[in-house]
Amino acid sequence: MTAPEVSGEESVTTIVTPIHLDYRYTAGLAQSRFLTGISEGRFLGQRCPRCNKVYVPPRGSCPTDGVATTDEVELANKGTVTTYCVVNVPFAGQSIELPYICAQVLLDGADIAFMGLVQEIPADQVRMGLRVEAVWVDPSELAPNLASVKYFRPTGEPDVPYESFSQYL
Amino acid sequence: MTNPVAVVSFAQMRNVRREDHRNEVEMLLPVVSEAFANVGLTKNDMGFVCSGSSDYLVGAPFSFVMALDAVGAWPPLRESHVEMDGAFALYEAWTLLCEGEIDTALVYAFGRSSPSDLSRVLALQLDPYYMAPLWPDPVAIAALQARALIDEGRATEADFAEVAARSRRAAKNNPNAQVSGDFSPETLLSEDYVVSPLRRHTLPPISDGAAAIILAAGDRATELVERPAWISGLDHRIETHALGARNLTKSPSTKRAAVGAGLLPDEAAPSLEVDVAELHAPFAHQELILRDALGLTDSVDVNPSGGALAANAFMVAGLTRIGEAASRVMDGSARTALAHATSGPCLQQNLVCALSAERPGAGGARG
Amino acid sequence: MSEDDGVLRAPHVLEYEYKRSVGPVIGAFMTGLKEGRILGVVSSGKVVVPPTEYDPESGADTGELVEVGPGGVVTTWAWVTDPLRDQPLDHPFAWALVLLDGATTGLLHAVDAGSADAMSTGMRVTARFRQLSERQGHIRDIECFTPEPAGNAQ
Repeated sequence: MTAPEVSGEESVTTIVTPIHLDYRYTAGLAQSRFLTGISEGRFLGQRCPRCNKVYVPPRGSCPTDGVATTDEVELANKGTVTTYCVVNVPFAGQSIELPYICAQVLLDGADIAFMGLVQEIPADQVRMGLRVEAVWVDPSELAPNLASVKYFRPTGEPDVPYESFSQYL
Repeated sequence: MTNPVAVVSFAQMRNVRREDHRNEVEMLLPVVSEAFANVGLTKNDMGFVCSGSSDYLVGAPFSFVMALDAVGAWPPLRESHVEMDGAFALYEAWTLLCEGEIDTALVYAFGRSSPSDLSRVLALQLDPYYMAPLWPDPVAIAALQARALIDEGRATEADFAEVAARSRRAAKNNPNAQVSGDFSPETLLSEDYVVSPLRRHTLPPISDGAAAIILAAGDRATELVERPAWISGLDHRIETHALGARNLTKSPSTKRAAVGAGLLPDEAAPSLEVDVAELHAPFAHQELILRDALGLTDSVDVNPSGGALAANAFMVAGLTRIGEAASRVMDGSARTALAHATSGPCLQQNLVCALSAERPGAGGARG
Repeated sequence: MSEDDGVLRAPHVLEYEYKRSVGPVIGAFMTGLKEGRILGVVSSGKVVVPPTEYDPESGADTGELVEVGPGGVVTTWAWVTDPLRDQPLDHPFAWALVLLDGATTGLLHAVDAGSADAMSTGMRVTARFRQLSERQGHIRDIECFTPEPAGNAQ
């Protein structure tokens, strides 16, 4: 195929086609319970009646068994760092200082780790097995979203040996 | 192609205008569970899992991954997904079963139309350079097809009302339908146009829903149910996406798919007869186009479920046609059936599934 | 966010700009629009409008681009009483497939006819382009089509 002579005008090589779609998002039953718990300063998980594992955040169904998770379980405010990473890359809209620590925290009572920031400890001292506790925003600022959890900080308890959490990695 | 494949289980959620208590996973879970329970199987018995859904309905990428929680994906499953109606996911599962490597598969579909504005979302399935930037909604696009049909003298607005009235009446017997009841065509014709020449009754309802089908091959099917609905043929054809290059009043891809599925000997064949035909016609006038393309005789029971005019969960309605048609073979009320599914504007692509109470002979099915 | 049933709901907006590269065929069409011309592509004895890179039926490479229109015939139409967001016009209008003079396939656009009574299959319409300074090389450089004066009827 041959393009015609398009005199005078520079050839068009791109077009802009903006998209805007509005949605009304439903958290669903399980996620709503979790977020309501967050707005109350609590971590709520759900247990699978078949494998007995406790999932947080709960999604209403056990991802292993495909059955509804039924029992609500309140998890402790503290847990163990199972793994972590040190982030040196800035991102748009960032307010946190670099480097910062992103960690998987196995809350006491849960069978799946929960993602959060770890602060109040130098980056090079964070380690697997570190005991941490959640630091929440002021009670007046609690809302049903994860910004209510500011970060996790060391509790000062002795580290947990690797063997106790290795299956949760 | 070796193994004959059959539908052995079908489950669906009651279609509603708005399911906004449960999210997609919570909605799908009981449907998948019921499909398994019908035949006493679990996810561990499935050789393959395939689903149909659309991220655009959820407003999130990879939403179908989260839906796997409703099945339970550990130990790891052999799994696939199509960003299309579940009927097309069934096609994928069927090809794998025909091959003979596995003998059971789970197919499911889910879609909540309520969170979004479908008139905006569906504009995005159109040509992104020439059409989508004008934001034509699906009713407008369908209306162009309806008027072309009227202009050719092949249908009238009264014919559209008849289709709607018949569908709603049939849907009274379908506990999963959303729109049903006794309406006279005259009453329906007194409605205002939504986009002329289409009135509200010619449009599909906006539905949230989910459905699941279990397929089994060969002897496995007969072990599981007394009367498997054997898939004697399955075919899918697509026309150009350039709307102005198509004759919108005909459906050549449906006709060709029917030939491919073994329901017509060739494209010149004048008529097709089956006991039941479940046609995925979201707009009333489209049922007339499909009947014409297939050459359905008057003896065919068309859309006993009420069809897509009674419930149209986007991404689910096509799979539901297969399930509804298969159910009538499984319950013994039909010996032969046809299920049709469509995708794209104005019946752009079409799938035809031939179902039979008779197990196909050696060599399996046409497709 | 909660509506007394404990379930949380929230509005969520998906918004993307999308800058699409168009290639030589669609690019030529868009450039033509900037110049106030409508182009089609010769393909297997037809003139495909809007132009495609490959023949819609055979998949063969399409050929040279030629000018079509700016007038043409409405081959089908649909009347919109309540335009939706971002549609071509914000007052009642008709969607139509317009078979431009010289074309074999129809172009989808809006017809600013004033009322449904003024619309009919077979009527002649002509493209109304935006002001030169407003054209971007985009399908919306055509603002809409308008009925041709009666004297131009064939």
